[in-house]
Amino acid sequence: MTIIEESATVPAPRSGDDKGGPLLEVRDLHVEFHTRDGVAKAVNGVNYSVNAGETLAVLGESGSGKSVTAQAIMGILDMPPGKIPQGEILFRGQDMLKMSAEERRAIRGRKIAMIFQDALSALNPVLSVGYQLGEMFRVHQGLSKKDAKAKAIELMDRVKIPAAAARVTDYPHQFSGGMRQRIMIAMALALEPDLIIADEPTTALDVTVQAQVMDLLAELQSEFNMGLILITHDLGVVADVADKIAVMYAGRIVEQAPVHEIYKRPAHPYTKGLLESIPRLDHKGQELFAIKGLPPNLMKIPSGCAFNPRCTMAQDVCRTDVPVLHQVTEQDGTDLVGRGSACHFWKETIHG
Amino acid sequence: MAELDKKDEAVDATPNVTDIVKVDASTTTEVEAILDAPVDRGEPILQVRNLVKHFPLTSGILFRRQVGAVKAVDGVSFDLYQGETLGIVGESGCGKSTVARLLMTLERATAGEVFYKGQDITKLSGRALKAVRRNIQMVFQDPYTSLNPRMTVGDIIGEPFEIHPEVAPKGDRRRKVQELLDVVGLNPEYINRYPHQFSGGQRQRIGIARGLALNPEIIICDEPVSALDVSVQAQVINLMEKLQNEFNLSYVFIAHDLSIVRHISDRVGVMYLGKMAEIGTDEQIYEHPTHPYTQALLSAVPVPDPDAREHRERIILTGDVPSPANPPSGCRFRTRCWKAEDRCSTEVPLLAIPERFQGLDSPVAHESACHFAEEKDVVGAA
Repeated sequence: MTIIEESATVPAPRSGDDKGGPLLEVRDLHVEFHTRDGVAKAVNGVNYSVNAGETLAVLGESGSGKSVTAQAIMGILDMPPGKIPQGEILFRGQDMLKMSAEERRAIRGRKIAMIFQDALSALNPVLSVGYQLGEMFRVHQGLSKKDAKAKAIELMDRVKIPAAAARVTDYPHQFSGGMRQRIMIAMALALEPDLIIADEPTTALDVTVQAQVMDLLAELQSEFNMGLILITHDLGVVADVADKIAVMYAGRIVEQAPVHEIYKRPAHPYTKGLLESIPRLDHKGQELFAIKGLPPNLMKIPSGCAFNPRCTMAQDVCRTDVPVLHQVTEQDGTDLVGRGSACHFWKETIHG
Repeated sequence: MAELDKKDEAVDATPNVTDIVKVDASTTTEVEAILDAPVDRGEPILQVRNLVKHFPLTSGILFRRQVGAVKAVDGVSFDLYQGETLGIVGESGCGKSTVARLLMTLERATAGEVFYKGQDITKLSGRALKAVRRNIQMVFQDPYTSLNPRMTVGDIIGEPFEIHPEVAPKGDRRRKVQELLDVVGLNPEYINRYPHQFSGGQRQRIGIARGLALNPEIIICDEPVSALDVSVQAQVINLMEKLQNEFNLSYVFIAHDLSIVRHISDRVGVMYLGKMAEIGTDEQIYEHPTHPYTQALLSAVPVPDPDAREHRERIILTGDVPSPANPPSGCRFRTRCWKAEDRCSTEVPLLAIPERFQGLDSPVAHESACHFAEEKDVVGAA
């Protein structure tokens, strides 16, 4: 019963972490899937970090490896066929890939939680939402059914579901899309984790509901000083909530920057192309800028820079050498803090 | 007819719609001749009047009786002009896809009329209906499920010719299909491939080629790019604009992405819970919205500019869209509206130019179904 008291108290303000580094750090992560047709290299050396209270947006198209990276962090990759041949995932300085299954279970849900895209398929249709919310408390904290239900109602109140006490026994199909996403958020928040990974949390929702859900998420994040990894393909949502952005393409981070910088001066041709393909008022009636071609097949990633077949600036060096993430600088050579671009011609892209 | 008009007087009074020139034709051949006649650019080609679709709700297994109706579309009127793109936006459940299915006569309307070249297509059947369907084609939302996985691309695009053999004689079909593949930017040699061998964007091109096969005059696009990646969306939008100019097509473009709708549309209609809330040119709707719902919708769109997040006003609506089986009385938006007063719960607002704006030569003077329509500056989706 002491556990209840503990969790009922206001969470102590968290310092970034215990050892003076970022909350979560992904280092040189590789993920591949061994299939009958060959090896699909979904993630090819991803590095990023998140601090407490910070929002990192991971932007990319389908197949760019953004969700696979998140699944590797959560430890919910299907292995096999998935495999992590190299890389480290440090949570508060400890490599989670070296932990035992039991140790990871203690972190999953309690310290790092995930919000999935499609709430209707992520929730179990034959169990009431109250039961599913309460499961977090029963499994992780050993609460009784009755106490867990009380906690579930409290959570539903917190994510602003009207008449929570009456609706706790309802089933997922009885809720609207926005309400189901709120339940997903409530479930992720249940144990007040340090880090939340939200995988396209609003893609299936209408814009008016999306605005409600993103507002709620931002509010709860600042309340608990949580780190947030927001995975999305929507440049508008990113501009609204993110602190920093990592743009992924074919399993790599091609550009990294603070949010205000990247929209003004992209330093990678892919980011630039994405931004230019957004319909703009002054371009009405004209052709939209379109990145030609298709995202690459992950079994046959082009040599050199993976983006080279679609890039307007591609030269011979792009077809042979894989570009590293260069530190991006001003024209006079001063570093732009937190900016990197994996392009041989980043200078021309940002300053040209 | 007279009865219906009485019932939906409100919508009938809308001035945004032009007079219908009804064309009488007694025999099927006459009807077909009318349908084949060309329409001048800028003339109305499709006129929708008080369109209603109610899906019955039944109870009981053996003795089914109707206990209510889902009012998916409840009195919608608009005109589509030759060569233009009419965008229709709204949240899910507002009835925009049902409108598309009604225009295609995939569903039979409960009431109301759809005039195509002066012929009410909701009353047609048999050969005449078939001729209409040849001229109104559709591009579907999901390119993964709208193509039969067991048919080759050639069979998929050529299938319309089976139903309308007069468009392409049998020996000519393969060449026609290859031409179509070329038109939509696919390699004509892919004719024997199956849908799974293509990416999402390429599949949507196949869907568009199928829509073009019968040389239609109108294409109804139901969320044609929402299932595609951002970088591919722009390619498909460009293709659709190119085809519109090349073949002189009229589009009804249904989508929820407001910035894409603005880019492609000449006029935009905003739907809410089975009714048209506001309709006007893209400038009127996006720059000078007067209906609170349009204002809220525009303000909720995330703007791809991080500097905007601090200083733009956002109207966040509370709650969800009410059930169309039991819509609110009076104005349907009143339950979520911050301007709602007693009058809104009793009186259904007409879709008309609001009184105070009548006669004004300004973009605010467009049809808006609100008792308290007024302009409000919203930093909307650009």
